[in-house]
Amino acid sequence: MNWLTTLMALPLVGALVISVLPKSNALAAKRAAFATTLIVAGATITMAVQFQRDNVEIQFVESRSWIPSFGIKYALGIDGIALVLILLSVLLAPIVVLAGWNESSGGRWSAKTFYILLLVLETMIVGVFSATDVFLFYVFFEAMLVPVYFLIGGFGTGERSAAAVKFLLYSLFGGLLMLASIIALYVLSGEQIGHTFDLAALSHLTMDSTTENFLFLGFFIAFAIKAPLWPLHTWLPDAAASATPGTSVLLLGVLDKVGTFGMIRYCMTLFPHATKTFTPMIIVLALISIIYGAFLAIGQKDLKRLIAFTSISHFGFITLGIFSMTSQGQSGATLYMFNHGFSTAALFLIGGWMMSRRGSSKIADFGGLQRVTPVMAWTFFIAGMSSLALPGLSSFVSEFLVLVGTYTRYPVAAVIGTFGIVLAALYILIPVQRALHGPVTPGNEGLSDLNMRERIAIAPVLAIIIALGFYPSPLLNVINPAAAHTIAQSGFTDPVSQIDAKAGK
Amino acid sequence: MTSNSLVYLIALPLFGSAVLLLAGRRSDRWGHLLATALSAGSFGIGLMQFSQMLSRSNEQRAVSQKLFSWISVGSFEVDAGLMLDQLSICFVLLITGVGTLIHIYSIAYMSHDHDRRRFFAFLNFFIAAMLLLVLGDSYLNLYVGWEGVGLASYLLIGFWNQKPTYATAAKKAFIANRVGDMGLSLAIMIAFATLGTVSFAGVKEHASQASTGALTAIGIMLLVAATGKSAQFPLQSWLGDAMAGPTPVSALIHAATMVTAGVYLITRSNFIFDAAPTAQLCVAIIGAITLLFGAVIGMAKDDIKKALAASTMSQIGYMVLGAGLGPAGYAFAIMHLLTHGFFKAGMFLGAGSVMHGMDDEVNMRRYGGLSKFMPITFATFGLGYLAIIGVPPFAGFYSKDKIIEVAFNAGGIKGITLGVAALLGAAITAFYMTRVVILTFAGSKRWDDKAHPHESPFLMWGPMALLALGSVTSGFLFTHGDALRNWLAPVVEQIPAHEGELLSPMIVSILALVLVVLGVSLAVIKYFLNEVPETVPENVTIFTKLARRDLLQDAFNEAAFMRPGQSLTRALVKTDVAVIDGAVRGIARLASGSGKALRTTQTGFVRSYAMWILLGAIALIAAIWMVTL
Repeated sequence: MNWLTTLMALPLVGALVISVLPKSNALAAKRAAFATTLIVAGATITMAVQFQRDNVEIQFVESRSWIPSFGIKYALGIDGIALVLILLSVLLAPIVVLAGWNESSGGRWSAKTFYILLLVLETMIVGVFSATDVFLFYVFFEAMLVPVYFLIGGFGTGERSAAAVKFLLYSLFGGLLMLASIIALYVLSGEQIGHTFDLAALSHLTMDSTTENFLFLGFFIAFAIKAPLWPLHTWLPDAAASATPGTSVLLLGVLDKVGTFGMIRYCMTLFPHATKTFTPMIIVLALISIIYGAFLAIGQKDLKRLIAFTSISHFGFITLGIFSMTSQGQSGATLYMFNHGFSTAALFLIGGWMMSRRGSSKIADFGGLQRVTPVMAWTFFIAGMSSLALPGLSSFVSEFLVLVGTYTRYPVAAVIGTFGIVLAALYILIPVQRALHGPVTPGNEGLSDLNMRERIAIAPVLAIIIALGFYPSPLLNVINPAAAHTIAQSGFTDPVSQIDAKAGK
Repeated sequence: MTSNSLVYLIALPLFGSAVLLLAGRRSDRWGHLLATALSAGSFGIGLMQFSQMLSRSNEQRAVSQKLFSWISVGSFEVDAGLMLDQLSICFVLLITGVGTLIHIYSIAYMSHDHDRRRFFAFLNFFIAAMLLLVLGDSYLNLYVGWEGVGLASYLLIGFWNQKPTYATAAKKAFIANRVGDMGLSLAIMIAFATLGTVSFAGVKEHASQASTGALTAIGIMLLVAATGKSAQFPLQSWLGDAMAGPTPVSALIHAATMVTAGVYLITRSNFIFDAAPTAQLCVAIIGAITLLFGAVIGMAKDDIKKALAASTMSQIGYMVLGAGLGPAGYAFAIMHLLTHGFFKAGMFLGAGSVMHGMDDEVNMRRYGGLSKFMPITFATFGLGYLAIIGVPPFAGFYSKDKIIEVAFNAGGIKGITLGVAALLGAAITAFYMTRVVILTFAGSKRWDDKAHPHESPFLMWGPMALLALGSVTSGFLFTHGDALRNWLAPVVEQIPAHEGELLSPMIVSILALVLVVLGVSLAVIKYFLNEVPETVPENVTIFTKLARRDLLQDAFNEAAFMRPGQSLTRALVKTDVAVIDGAVRGIARLASGSGKALRTTQTGFVRSYAMWILLGAIALIAAIWMVTL
């Protein structure tokens, strides 16, 4: 069975169904979208249980010729890392639909359009994580921008058009650099092994170090914009501030992961030597992102922008883990991507409910919510604890793995990164105190607590955050072989401990 | 040996907190009873384990339970595992025993609070987290409990967080603790990089093969962690503010148990500190500084809870000092920790009882002569008082004198300096505790007629009486036949007592007693024989003024960290918009030829977007077509 194609086709079928529904019937569109995302999630889980976790080969492989004259193939396949990210995406999708049940109402276009865009986006997300043909990946990478652009520009708030254009221009710029690198790879392949875009084949190319460095940068800059890494981050706060909470969840929770995923799958696999060359520089950028993002988050007055900056700090951790080139850092980084998806989803969704009730996203406009809307306040608090990586919650496991893995190779970087945990306490506890604690301030007295739909939407998110904190093995068992394989491919082995080194092991 | 019941120690109170939080208001009527019963159940399991331990030989007493593999990546393998040995059982009994008493006390103390159920949910959560802290079999498991108790402490300090100052106090505690937690994180990372393991057993086994430098680094980082959690210098400033929490919380978390976790961490890591003398010396120095720091602040506080909090800081200083003295001191550090658990928890509950009868007044200048109205509170508080100042045969006499003695016998200038500091601390303790007792219970009344002081109900004085009993007897029981030292011997390496001693126990006791009498006399002269002003006297020495301002701890932190941090944040926020985003916008404008072009993309954005796509597609096809030629 062609699992991956099926997963990509299902949302499109849903989108088609919605497109023939009458425009006036928004409820039908919502129900159809919700049902579709549930079916996709179910199908993905069915596929995931068939995944052989100890097999480091690419699985669920599909390959068909697409544009034969250029050697372009429709080639799909996933390893443990891609599987985890696809799982993240398809699990978040129904939650986003259910949580943002009324998000489509403030847009330029109808609810139908909103859900069609969302489902098309889901197809492309599955595609971008499972493509094994570099050109196909590029197509998904760029095409993904279209639905997001319209979701922000058409259904967002405030300066939505400007934010959407900024997002688009940034991404197109990165994409252009990547395209140049892809074309160069194609040329090289023609010289060495015959024209191809096949990822596995391209990873065996030989090139001189200057070429490799340039091609690496083409990919890396595109991914660093997407992730985003300091100093290429400034599109993200604007986009997050303008997008609807659900779109922000998909944008920060899933789409940005394409950046960090790309660093692992493309930068490290295609350019192992350049990866080594640039690692110190990237680690510095990652550390700046951790600390800078945290300080900026502390300084924000707007809740959406604050959450966006916390993500910049978190993406710093993910990048740090990837380029620590240790199995703990690498596995930790992928686990971090999954956990960050859920913890950011919780922050944006609950924060979104707070903001839509209050009609403001300014932190100063809230006050004393714990006494007015206890369920909303406490769920937001748990989401916050997850964001600051409290032990016992899922993000702690991934953050600690990243740090401990980094320490074994780059102790100074790990020490600097550890400062991030103190700053995280500040950027979470300051808004918690302002919005949830203190006396109930005017304008907040009459707010209503979470309704049943909202509770049902957020419960699985919090359950996953808590469950994976205590029992991350189901994910780690899938991630570990792929992460170890990735590092080995790049020519790295884990540093041995001091006493083992002494014992000559 | 393995035991399958360890997990229930933690599971019972954890279950309780989950039920109370999820059931919400539905459990208002019975929530406190369930929480108390589960805490008592945990105590029951602890007693059962203890009796089973007693029936085995001293080398066979430790039991463990592996639950599942928690995190396993490459060679980093951490199990969710529990371990109960001679050291952790002391804590288990203290946490669940005193914890249950405080649950009972709180039923009455919090009876008028609208959110009593939530209070009990947090208390149960605290018990579970604290038990995990002392039962975890690796540093990483301990870490989960370590931050868990920090969270419980945050939630309970801020229990009445509708008051902004209380919310701020809670946040301050969490952040000071997080600074300490950084130390614990780094200690674990260094341990893994050096020893390849983070379990207690593994680290103990391999520590001797590691370099002294690495062990010193681990030790110093563990000390940083301990200073945060145990309110030791220089991370002590949160504890005074933490008194914003309801008084039972101050008794349980901020006196008897959580704040002593640093002492547990250091004692548990004895195999690291014994191999890293520099780190061990740092521990002793920090302990000595803090015991004096807290004692000095204690002299100047008029708020009864803050006076007791300063005292807690100081007494934990004694414990840290003891633990910093190595094998000779570990057992006495733990002994003082346990006796302090009794007498300080008892006195805090006594303070709560006084507040309960005085409309939540905390200012001791508004008390006076309360012994007539609250005889039981006075009696139990008084017994705790005798224990803390170290009058024989009360508990503190045994535990504190031993630490002073070991300090003197540490040898050389180090021994004399630490010993003198500890002795001086004893004198100051006698002074400030006498001051508290006189201001509260003796002298003439300074409260107005609106207050109607009365004795607290049985549910409150019962626990106080039991803790007072502990304050009287525990010291004797622990030292009788060196019971606690022998008990702990398999966990902490021991050296024979009385080896090359500078001062004999008798001389230390006499010296200490003389200083205690001196401290008590000064306080009696100043506060009993002289009039106590109802308002705070302003014509005082600079020394008193500094002590009132907590020796400028907050002023220092604000000047050194908070305000520069705020300025930096503001500057970065401005830079991000003006410089980084500005540069990007500038480049974009440059690239698009003029600002006008960019504006068009923003106005007719759908059409422009289509054009972009078209251009991109053309470029793509053209590029591929060209290179295949």
